[in-house]
Amino acid sequence: MALLEVRDLTVVFQRKGEEPFRAVDGVSFDVEPGQTVGLVGESGCGKSVTSLAIMGLLPKRGAKITGTVSYDGTDLLKLSDKEMRDRRGRDLGMVFQDPLSSLNPVVPIGLQVTEVLERHRGMPRKEAMIEAKNLLDKVGIPDPNRRLKEYPHQLSGGMRQRALIAIALACRPKLLIADEPTTALDVTIQAQILSLMKELVQDLGTALVMITHDLGVVAGLCDEVNVLYGGKVVEKAMRHKLFAEPRHPYTHGLLSSIPRLDAAPGEKLTPIKGSVADNIPWSEGCAFAPRCPNALDICVQVTPAEEDQLGRLLRCHNPVVPGTPAAEEVPV
Amino acid sequence: MLRYTIRRLIQLVGVVLVLSLLLFAWLRLLPGGPVSALLGERATPESRAALTKQLGLDQPIVVQYFKFLGRAATGDFGVSTGVQPGDSALDIFLQRFPATLELSFFAILIAIAIGVPLGYLAAKRRGSWFDNLSVVGSLIGVAVPVFFLAYVLKDVAASGLGLPSSGRQDAIDATRVTGFFTLDGIITGEWDATFNALEHLILPAIALATIPFAVIFRITRAAVLDVLDEDFVRTAESKGLTAPVIRRRHVLRNAMLPVVTTIGLQTGALLSGAVLTEKVFSFAGVGEALAIGFERRDYPVLLLLIIMATIVYVVVNLLVDLSYAVIDPRIRTR
Repeated sequence: MALLEVRDLTVVFQRKGEEPFRAVDGVSFDVEPGQTVGLVGESGCGKSVTSLAIMGLLPKRGAKITGTVSYDGTDLLKLSDKEMRDRRGRDLGMVFQDPLSSLNPVVPIGLQVTEVLERHRGMPRKEAMIEAKNLLDKVGIPDPNRRLKEYPHQLSGGMRQRALIAIALACRPKLLIADEPTTALDVTIQAQILSLMKELVQDLGTALVMITHDLGVVAGLCDEVNVLYGGKVVEKAMRHKLFAEPRHPYTHGLLSSIPRLDAAPGEKLTPIKGSVADNIPWSEGCAFAPRCPNALDICVQVTPAEEDQLGRLLRCHNPVVPGTPAAEEVPV
Repeated sequence: MLRYTIRRLIQLVGVVLVLSLLLFAWLRLLPGGPVSALLGERATPESRAALTKQLGLDQPIVVQYFKFLGRAATGDFGVSTGVQPGDSALDIFLQRFPATLELSFFAILIAIAIGVPLGYLAAKRRGSWFDNLSVVGSLIGVAVPVFFLAYVLKDVAASGLGLPSSGRQDAIDATRVTGFFTLDGIITGEWDATFNALEHLILPAIALATIPFAVIFRITRAAVLDVLDEDFVRTAESKGLTAPVIRRRHVLRNAMLPVVTTIGLQTGALLSGAVLTEKVFSFAGVGEALAIGFERRDYPVLLLLIIMATIVYVVVNLLVDLSYAVIDPRIRTR
């Protein structure tokens, strides 16, 4: 049995007087113990909402969540607020996007680490402080004794994210969810943070769900990749398979829009046409069809079903033929 | 920090000097004057002239002002002509200031004790009937004039609850130590005196607390709403912390910054409410003295009390500024 089994997870936001909005639409994926799984897509594809739904952090009012999220055999969606509170930080840890705003500005770093140790491991403050020092040491923060007494604004961006990682891993959770952990950081720091996370999850045997829009992150870290569009998984495959042979036009488009070092000088990037619509109607054909270079008549009439193709899940009527280089210019 | 404090206190000296000059001129511009107030409309011109001379009001205003400054430098602020004729203005201030301080303290205590928790709960249940009701209630708190509420409390609540509705204490045998009647009773062990003083404080303190309560409630609600949307609150939730820890350490500690500013400003502004409240409840404080002083054109008392009120206001605001550094490490370590 997988550590985390997400089945048909659907999140519908309902505001008074507004059309219901399906942010996540029947997402399923598994995470094996120690495995790293990527959720990839552009802004608004539902990847962050998926992670918040797993953590039980979506607002109680206005968000309707269906499906199952089973962790070690327990459906987290069926747990009470108190039961979920006992698990968060202990069984599941989370690292967020912006390390400055994710740390409390008026509480010293030390207390922000120890409070989670006190809560879940029942450590007295003194013992927790020693453990906090070890944790900061482990995530590569120099002079941890001094840093424990400092406040978030006194740390650099990279160090803040290291501190957040230390907090998320403080209780040795079996699952860590990282929501764009490097987006707010400098490029050089991004690489450091990624290699730190890779090292830590390997050392501790932690399973990792990596949420990102950055395929570079996926390439360096993930075992399996789920590509999301409009709240649905459109392609799922092992990482090397996905990179070598992207079949969904969206995945192909994402890969083609990455700048390459071996490209000829002056060669243009191939962006994906248009942007994500506010409310994506999967009910009438494929949501990606309006932006898709491969779109056929059927694409706007029939919603493509998920098909299993030799260990790859694909939701497309007209997938990219293996070997196609960059996507062609899309007529506007 | 120390340099900042000293600079602010030096500024205060300038403020007080300019204020005293403006006040001096302004009080003289008011129609009527101490002479008419003391002698009435039908006094003879001779007796008027005599009293004018006796009070030194016959001299040019500039001379009067510098004489005042000269005497003030030695701690002599003149003699009351209307509030408590014959008493020195300073004595009147020293006698009455503890009363106003006591009243303001209890008023602001009530305002904070109800306003902050209610503001937190309303923000937490934003849009609920509880939230809407509290917001409407706070609007009423701001809108109802203090004197109206004071009279309602005095006439309805006092008789209904059997609470005293005027004065600071009944004529009981109480030892005076500090001038704070509640404190005196605690120091001397005369608990009945403390209790009696508290009974006298309840209604005026409630009347005085309504506006600060309403303002503190609204600022707390807005501040908590802002903080609840912050990423670090979500981080705290992701750590599985218990609700009380999140409330205290992560939400309220951050939301308190604007609330502390408001509490400071409201404390400073309490005096304007105290004038009305003390008058209605015949509460012998600075506010009542100001009200009587204006009726009887008691120049020395008005001058001293308004200047002291200004000093209190400036000092309270200085304390608020300094308290930021205690609450917010981002200011402390800059």
